[in-house]
Amino acid sequence: MTTSTKLRRSMLFLPGSNAAMLSTAFVFKPDSIMFDLEDAVSLREKDSARLLVFHALKLRNYRAMETVVRINPLSTPFGRQDLEAVVRAGVDVVRLPKTDAPEDVHVLEREVERIELECGREVGSTKLMAAIESASGVVNAVAIATASPRLIGIALAGFDYVMDMQTERGDGTELFYARCAVLHAARFAKIDAFDVVFSDVNDDEGFLKEVELIKRLGFNGKSLINPRQIEQLHNAFAPTQEEVDYARRVVAAAELGERQGLGVVSLNGKMIDAPVIQHARVVLQRAQASGVRR
Amino acid sequence: MKIVKEAIAGTLESSDVQVKVAPSEGTLEVVVKSEVEHQFGAQIRAVVNDTLGRLAVSEGIVLVEDKGALDCTLRARVQTAVLRGGAVKDLDWSVL
Amino acid sequence: MSNNVQTRLAGFALPANVEAFAGVAAHAPYLASREGKHDRKIANSLEDAIRASGLKDGMTISFHHAFREGDTTINSVVAKLAEMGFRDLTLAPSSLLSCNSPLIAHIKSGVIRRIYTSGMRGKLAEAISNGLMDNPIHIHSHGGRVHLMDRGELAIDVSFLGVATSDSFGNANAVTGKSRCGSLGYAMVDAARAKKVILLAEQIVPYPNAPASIRQDQVDFVVKVDQIGDPAKISVGAARITSNPRELLIARLAADVMEHAGYFEEGFSMQTGTGGSATATARFLEKKMLQKGIKAGFALGGITGSIVDLHKKGLIGRILDTQSFDAVAADSLANNPQHWEISTNYYANLTAKAAAVDMVDMVILSALEIDLDFNVNVITGSDGVMRGASGGHSDTAAGAALPIVVGPLIRSRIPTVVEKCTTVVTPGETIGVLVTDHGVAVNPNRPDVAERLTAAGLPVVSIQELYARATELVGTPRPIEFLDKVVGVVRYRDGSAIDVVRQVKG
Repeated sequence: MTTSTKLRRSMLFLPGSNAAMLSTAFVFKPDSIMFDLEDAVSLREKDSARLLVFHALKLRNYRAMETVVRINPLSTPFGRQDLEAVVRAGVDVVRLPKTDAPEDVHVLEREVERIELECGREVGSTKLMAAIESASGVVNAVAIATASPRLIGIALAGFDYVMDMQTERGDGTELFYARCAVLHAARFAKIDAFDVVFSDVNDDEGFLKEVELIKRLGFNGKSLINPRQIEQLHNAFAPTQEEVDYARRVVAAAELGERQGLGVVSLNGKMIDAPVIQHARVVLQRAQASGVRR
Repeated sequence: MKIVKEAIAGTLESSDVQVKVAPSEGTLEVVVKSEVEHQFGAQIRAVVNDTLGRLAVSEGIVLVEDKGALDCTLRARVQTAVLRGGAVKDLDWSVL
Repeated sequence: MSNNVQTRLAGFALPANVEAFAGVAAHAPYLASREGKHDRKIANSLEDAIRASGLKDGMTISFHHAFREGDTTINSVVAKLAEMGFRDLTLAPSSLLSCNSPLIAHIKSGVIRRIYTSGMRGKLAEAISNGLMDNPIHIHSHGGRVHLMDRGELAIDVSFLGVATSDSFGNANAVTGKSRCGSLGYAMVDAARAKKVILLAEQIVPYPNAPASIRQDQVDFVVKVDQIGDPAKISVGAARITSNPRELLIARLAADVMEHAGYFEEGFSMQTGTGGSATATARFLEKKMLQKGIKAGFALGGITGSIVDLHKKGLIGRILDTQSFDAVAADSLANNPQHWEISTNYYANLTAKAAAVDMVDMVILSALEIDLDFNVNVITGSDGVMRGASGGHSDTAAGAALPIVVGPLIRSRIPTVVEKCTTVVTPGETIGVLVTDHGVAVNPNRPDVAERLTAAGLPVVSIQELYARATELVGTPRPIEFLDKVVGVVRYRDGSAIDVVRQVKG
């Protein structure tokens, strides 16, 4: 469990059964691209989606970005085959849906390792992501988040979660606790936290409001279902010029402190400690990726 | 792999390909119809035949209707159709 | 002493070519009666007008194509000419579209022997690409058509111009009445140059009709017809803002290029054309114009509702319209004094005393193919069959300060960036930038633009790199095979031959 240096603001969801989309989606350049073999794919097409994704993963254009595949749960007839296909094809991260308990992660981990050994892939190179989609998952979030060193993040998945909670998607109140729980578990485990999909692609205002909220809460990123949302989200996550200027001064002070062998770093007479410096680096990283807020 | 029943995979949407397979004794007949026949017909046939070869398909009728699919899509759809038309449930991933 | 002319002229030897006055109506018989004066141009039928025009076999006829896919005039007039037994005509419409497939029969039967056009599509284009005609067709740009007329090569004997309203003298427009296509930019040229002008008017209105896009002093005959075209089909779908994410990506990138290339200043001018990416580009550009407080001095084209929208928001000063692409544009032309109708001569003729294209800063263009030298093909598809038009492409590319071609790198499996264009319509030296979903390529002859775009952080790559990316994804297409027979000659805007279209094999 290391502090992630990879930016994962945007995770674009693609239905694994759509050949045309798989052929072109790399142009959108999200931070991560997620091929879905689970809910976006009908039962009849599970086999064909698996093969489409298997081959797509090998395209140089996808190899150049972080690839994620949401497999079917291992309890279904599809999950294990999905795993065989995508681990062998070189996927970067496997996203496990409906993670209710740490044991789900352990089972997945064992399967992944078995396949890595069989196909000669470096053991440990396949990372994992756990999706929390139920009350169980939320309650077990900390145990799940610490269940494996392969985990790079945990994600809250809104649709199934609110059903399990016997309510429906609304203004976000219904996700309040779940968001906080997932976020805290992620921070405790020092992995990334991802927020839910915003499904109304025509409601720009609503989307940006939600992005503002989850950014303020501290989420690393969000799942997206429309490429249009990528630029909007990157811009919302982009720091302002003032924030960039301040971050530069912080990093400069930190580097100066290091060169001078000082244990404590100060800027304008105020002490700045490691978390502040780390945050400044993230700010600069985001600015590097998408410029300043427009 | 042996094709034991008729099967179909893929769609006729742009950038996709539809593959139909049917059993046949003794011969392998591959028919390709493509929107980009002149520009990529030869390459499409090569990919289809290579894919069938790797699955050790030596008998059957394979009909390919292409709408400008990339090679990766061609491979995936051919493999899916063969799998659906075959007796074996799971693919040997190491040969794909 | 009698007061007659002979008496008055007595003793004066009339110079050659001067006759003695012989009565008010001697040279204008129509002045003899009030009806004669007012209604002399009104023909009872198209057939009557054709006969009166003196059209003979082998002559040249012309039309405008402002109704595009909704045009009914070209097909109906040629059908009537066929019925009347005319043969060996040269057809010179400003362009042809897929709705003109009925012309195939008239070509086969010998009614039409030669064609001058800006482009063609559909079955007609397929048939001609497959060798239907004995004589190659001539493909010209919008401005180039006028040039060919001015140098005498394209001499229109009779022009048949569909108009929405006309008075009995021929003052006509397409901004009032029922089928309003808006600007009659193409027709204005024919009305000024054809030997005989026949207006096909949906409505005859009281004199004097205004505005007079076509004037009474240009018109010979006016015929009432039921329909000249369907304005709803002018731009099927072009007016809507695309929701296709790839088109939006390209549009956003195109707007970024427009912002940073060095021409985005107060009073700049632009042209965007139609198509999903083009109209979306206008919307992204709008945000930038608001952010930076920059207004455009004028927009030229090919005008769509999105340009009118920017104008209404105070972001574009004037609109110069040579073709109205939708009802919003047509209505704006009718009602807005800052929205002007201009002829294609004024728009793009390089030998006109001035062409508006020369004043444009940035133009967004499309392409079927663009090659490693930035040459652009907008006429033949990747299968060698014609499916496009030269249009204003080469005109605006030559005149504008920064021509920008936009499009996806790959359409289905067909690459847009190729090694050599199947047909060159616009020479690469005039193209400044190519914007695709895989990145932006700048013509090496614009190093200043490349520097600015790179400094702005845009994904600038070489066109060779784009070609390599396309090839990696789709493979290398087998070149189209052609026969030797030339079915079309592409005429550059100065009348020179820049390329040929050969008959497709098979």
